[in-house]
Amino acid sequence: MLAKRLIPCLDIALGRVVKGVHFQNLRDAGDPVEVARHYEEEGADELVFLDISASHEGRDTMLDVVRRVAEECYMPLTVGGGIRSVEDATRLIQAGAEKVSLNTTAVLRPEVVSQIARRFGSCATVVNIDPKRVPLPEVGGPDVEASWIGPAASWAGYVVPLSAHRPGQVWWQVHIQGGRAPTGKEALSWAREVEQLGAGEIILTSMDADGTRNGYDLEMTRAVAGAVGIPVVASGGAGTPEHLHAALTEGLADAVLAASMFHFQEYSIAACKRYLADRGVCVRL
Amino acid sequence: MAVVIVDYGMGNLRSVQKALVRVGVASEISSDPRVAAAATGLVLPGVGAFKDAMQRLKASHLDEVVRQHLAADRPFLGICLGMQLLFASSTEDGSHPGLGVLAGRVIRFPSVPGCKVPHMGWNTIRPGQPPGPWHDLVEPTWMYFVHGYYCEPEPNPSLSLLLCDYAGVSFCAGLARSRMLAVQFHPEKSQGAGQYILHKFATLC
Repeated sequence: MLAKRLIPCLDIALGRVVKGVHFQNLRDAGDPVEVARHYEEEGADELVFLDISASHEGRDTMLDVVRRVAEECYMPLTVGGGIRSVEDATRLIQAGAEKVSLNTTAVLRPEVVSQIARRFGSCATVVNIDPKRVPLPEVGGPDVEASWIGPAASWAGYVVPLSAHRPGQVWWQVHIQGGRAPTGKEALSWAREVEQLGAGEIILTSMDADGTRNGYDLEMTRAVAGAVGIPVVASGGAGTPEHLHAALTEGLADAVLAASMFHFQEYSIAACKRYLADRGVCVRL
Repeated sequence: MAVVIVDYGMGNLRSVQKALVRVGVASEISSDPRVAAAATGLVLPGVGAFKDAMQRLKASHLDEVVRQHLAADRPFLGICLGMQLLFASSTEDGSHPGLGVLAGRVIRFPSVPGCKVPHMGWNTIRPGQPPGPWHDLVEPTWMYFVHGYYCEPEPNPSLSLLLCDYAGVSFCAGLARSRMLAVQFHPEKSQGAGQYILHKFATLC
């Protein structure tokens, strides 16, 4: 049986692991190679590296980080942040990344998602989606109206009537550029669109929950995971093993991503896996 | 150089090379068909699209090198797309011929509720019948998979299969015939478990 995955996420700035709240107030959390090796020993199923420095200097440093980690660790690596072209993706994959993840570029130039999928396969093509809850205006715009009343999504025998989950108060607006820029895109329809473009996986980060450690946005995770046929990784808000469990069961996520919860060693990955296994979730032990 | 990792522009080969070192196999990464033809052992890795990969192999005449290598029964390890390419054809993005070393085809996982495609992550493998070189596999053994298509060999008693279950299918996760090994998962990304496969290859070299 395919195991649910636990994925530590390492935000990388200028060759160091950093962690902040709501993408701000960054704190140093160590050397990427050391952190990666530690997670491999603990039984992490994959690693995600996000380059948040978004500069030319940062990108070269990132390639070096990927190369060094791929040499030290025998586990799959997804790299995102600042990928603007097939060439950028090629360099990262040749450096040792298993998958590359697009966010801002996917929104601004969706054809790049398709180009990478054609070149390296859907399996290597990941799209990050960063939605934020936005109050619905008194008189909703036609786009919003059409998408949130959209058809019920079903998956794994669950039926998720979207309108029932979001009775008109909020919608999930996709943000780019590290959460700074709203796009006007609605999360579910964008998720379906990136699947059509050739993405093989979605990392779904709730901007509202990210860094709070109060739990994933289960409602949104469940809606997006039910709307697409590709794996969805829940991200943003993990603080306890209970949160991981909720995202993998109630949230229908295929994998859970967490950063600070693991970085500051409050919970080990091994302990989280045992917690999940004790509750009937299939994990690799 | 005894072992050559075939470089045909389909992804990262360094992790394969590094993982082989761990089981005592030194290797050279090469895109030169003459170098590959002189190899005692050949590793064919690969990620990406089937059609694209075949075109690249043909363009560099590496397709013939692989066929002749296998016809001469020299040690071979195919990984992921490198396993799929051995088959007669794939239905990925149309219908495309492969190397045709093995009878059978490569097809997409069916759409089954609760089973996302691609099959992405860690799953367990088990030996088929006859177990052949896989007789000593300790269960459960978790391997890392990332693929939307799988190999469906025609029934062949000379093939020893590794099986894996996903989307209601018991699919071929690996196969062995004489000195040819091929696996759908990534031994080089499967931490300690992956060494089981790499070690099998090492003993052939």
